[in-house]
Amino acid sequence: MADLSIEFCGVRFPNPFTLAAAPPTDSAEMVARAFEAGWGGAILKTTSVETEVVELAYPMMAGLDYEEKKLMGLENIDLISERHIGEVEKDVRALKKEYPDRVVGASIMGAKKEDWQELVRRLEAAGVDFIECSFSCPHGMPERGMGSTIGQDPELTERTARWVKEAAKRVPVVIKLTPQIADITAAARAVKRSGADGVCAINTLKSLIGVDLDTFVPYPNVGGYSTFGGYSGPAIKPVALRCVAEIAKAVDIPIAAVGGISTWRDAAEFLLVGATNVQLCTAVMHHGFRIIEDLIDGLDVYLEEKGMRSVKELVGRSLPYIVEHSHLSRRHKVVAAINRETCVKDDLCYIACRDGGHQAIELDSNRLPKVDEDKCKGCGMCATVCPVYDCIQLRPKVGAV
Amino acid sequence: MGVRARMQEISPEERKKGFDEVERGLAIHQALAEASRCLFCHDAPCVAGCPAGVDVPGFIRRLKTRNFIGAARLIRDANILAGVCARVCPAEELCEKKCSSTNLSEPIAIAALQRFAADEELRRGIRLPGPGVPTGRKVAVIGSGPAGLACAHELATLGHSVTVYEADEKPGGLLVRGIPRYRLPLAVAEAEVRAVLESSGVEIRSGVCVGRDISADEIRRSSDAVFLSPGLGYQSSLGVPGERLPGVLQAGEVLRKVAAGNDVRFTGRVAVIGGGNVAMDAACSALRCGASEVVVLYRRSLDEMPAWKREYEFAAAEGVKFEFLTAPTRFVEDGGGLAGVECVRTRLGEPDSSGRRRPEMIPGSEHMIEVRTAIVATGQAPWPGLVGLFRGLAAGKAGVIEVDQGSQMTSVEGVFAGGDVTSGGATVVQAVAEGKRAAKAIDAYLKRV
Repeated sequence: MADLSIEFCGVRFPNPFTLAAAPPTDSAEMVARAFEAGWGGAILKTTSVETEVVELAYPMMAGLDYEEKKLMGLENIDLISERHIGEVEKDVRALKKEYPDRVVGASIMGAKKEDWQELVRRLEAAGVDFIECSFSCPHGMPERGMGSTIGQDPELTERTARWVKEAAKRVPVVIKLTPQIADITAAARAVKRSGADGVCAINTLKSLIGVDLDTFVPYPNVGGYSTFGGYSGPAIKPVALRCVAEIAKAVDIPIAAVGGISTWRDAAEFLLVGATNVQLCTAVMHHGFRIIEDLIDGLDVYLEEKGMRSVKELVGRSLPYIVEHSHLSRRHKVVAAINRETCVKDDLCYIACRDGGHQAIELDSNRLPKVDEDKCKGCGMCATVCPVYDCIQLRPKVGAV
Repeated sequence: MGVRARMQEISPEERKKGFDEVERGLAIHQALAEASRCLFCHDAPCVAGCPAGVDVPGFIRRLKTRNFIGAARLIRDANILAGVCARVCPAEELCEKKCSSTNLSEPIAIAALQRFAADEELRRGIRLPGPGVPTGRKVAVIGSGPAGLACAHELATLGHSVTVYEADEKPGGLLVRGIPRYRLPLAVAEAEVRAVLESSGVEIRSGVCVGRDISADEIRRSSDAVFLSPGLGYQSSLGVPGERLPGVLQAGEVLRKVAAGNDVRFTGRVAVIGGGNVAMDAACSALRCGASEVVVLYRRSLDEMPAWKREYEFAAAEGVKFEFLTAPTRFVEDGGGLAGVECVRTRLGEPDSSGRRRPEMIPGSEHMIEVRTAIVATGQAPWPGLVGLFRGLAAGKAGVIEVDQGSQMTSVEGVFAGGDVTSGGATVVQAVAEGKRAAKAIDAYLKRV
């Protein structure tokens, strides 16, 4: 078996798979079951000082299905944990005692400097492995000047991160960022300047998941009203992947990736763009802690097939291949090649090319598509819509440089 | 929910011309789409439906994420003969019968997905767990069919030194000498048998028949425990005159020759007597070996026929004829050859001890079914001599060896048994499960004594 252990902010994780601060980590009992299943680490759901009032509204979850597939995306209007620092301290102690080889992080949120620093000091005393600060929750908390209100402002980010780092004598501090900012690298730079140890990207995206067409009330319906929520799940993975890659290219700081990661393949992609820790939540809420089995096994088999001994060999390997758009070759010419043997004659490539491309596909008298290579620019839209496996591929254009 | 994926099949007209595998497996996009239909139940009922307890949702999730090798390895953790069982399991009666998706659309094609995973791994090379830390204890396994292989492999991973005795020249039991190749290609069976033997490092003594080449006492003296898995080697007599005539053949012998690739040729009509899976295999094999027509004679009706529904439909689609409520009374000679089978019509009376209605002969209904060859495919049983070799071995109905259900231990201390010799004839996956269960019990026994 390959070595899946990896360091993040100086903390050694037995494997990179970590439960994000969210409902699955809202009690020691749940986290213990996750550790038994094989998770490398967990960040306990965001906690606060006892004076912080947390009142949740129900229902708080609403999913977005894509045709027949359930839960392409998930919106929640959950808030931070109702369990305050006193209870979370106990969880940390119990978990570190029972599972010394696993990583226990704790997520915190404070309204003022004293709160942030008290939380850090108490968690450190309880034996937590690292602290994560939510500067990024897009719903509910910003109304109180917390959450993404901080993360959207690099100055506030730097100042608040500095308070936390000041209080942390022993444990590393990680700042969880919001993708809802014009330039996420500015936020990551602010974290770096503050002296904090790492970033976690990304938190959920502010969303309105849908509207009930009968009652006109958006989802989730809380006694006749709704509100904007935080959007997560497979649908946001490309946004998260972009954010992680952008930070990795611009700022020298450890990155924990989170946002739409569901499978070992997703995890491998985030490692390839520079993350050294991967966090999951929505996939776990959908299918349970047991998904860790395939996460670990799939990554292990992949490394074996790539001839790699350690997961660390993946980190950042794709970054050199991401360049400015203006640096992309204009001499690289491809054309669509359609396998007329496997074509099922659904005309999807034809219509996509005609109404969304360059009118380069014609149908012959048997309704088989044929590419006019002079007209085809190689945009790739036809291959994107074709339902037949490997039927349409982009090939270098004959005669092109 | 999408529609269940189906493997491509060769048409009945084409397939009966030879022994090519009939089912062609799923293409990658079909496998991914089918895996995507799996609901990933928590306490999955399909797992309970599998005698070997394969983690079905676990392996399907691995397929879904394109971790094909991980999927195959997870299956092999529970069942070393993943590719074989994917082909020969009556999945529609086992795991798939319990599938939760049945209530939404159709059950997941679990066997087809298992086959996809196993075939992917087969292409790259099967990797099974190797031998454990040596314990210095010795176990003899008699018979290298599914039960024997499963037991031997599990024992080896537990660190025991295993010797497998196989009477035939080639290991594999009915995998290589019974199941027709159009269902299970020899290459698949041989690859899995080889992987089991090579990974585990067990010693295989082929061409050694216990009782003929080595005595049971010697085996008992040289081993700390014994596992008996010789299968069913004995064809019980029909009890009608003319059974020894040339042209009257035993199904087991015919299937063995066909599976071994011997040139078996039939001319004219062939009758197959019996209504089990072996009868269906014999009938379809006879068609492929030149028979102009094959007719199955069965003394009860279709409803009582023990052959699986899919086996019957498979044979019927190829044009095998069925004469139900027909019992042979004698084989008729014609100048040294066979002229035909004399039969009577039957009707069904009261249920017998098996719960099926007893066939009663209808007086005056004698008639001749003209065939050049008759294949007897009724009642295979354990070789009766086994009981004499291992003194104290208790046998029950139809000669099957009696075992403790939990441990597979026989009435003789330290002698365990599994597979068809204890079940009287069941599935490959059942035999694998029994072999593995016995290995664990043997391990516990060796720690005790």
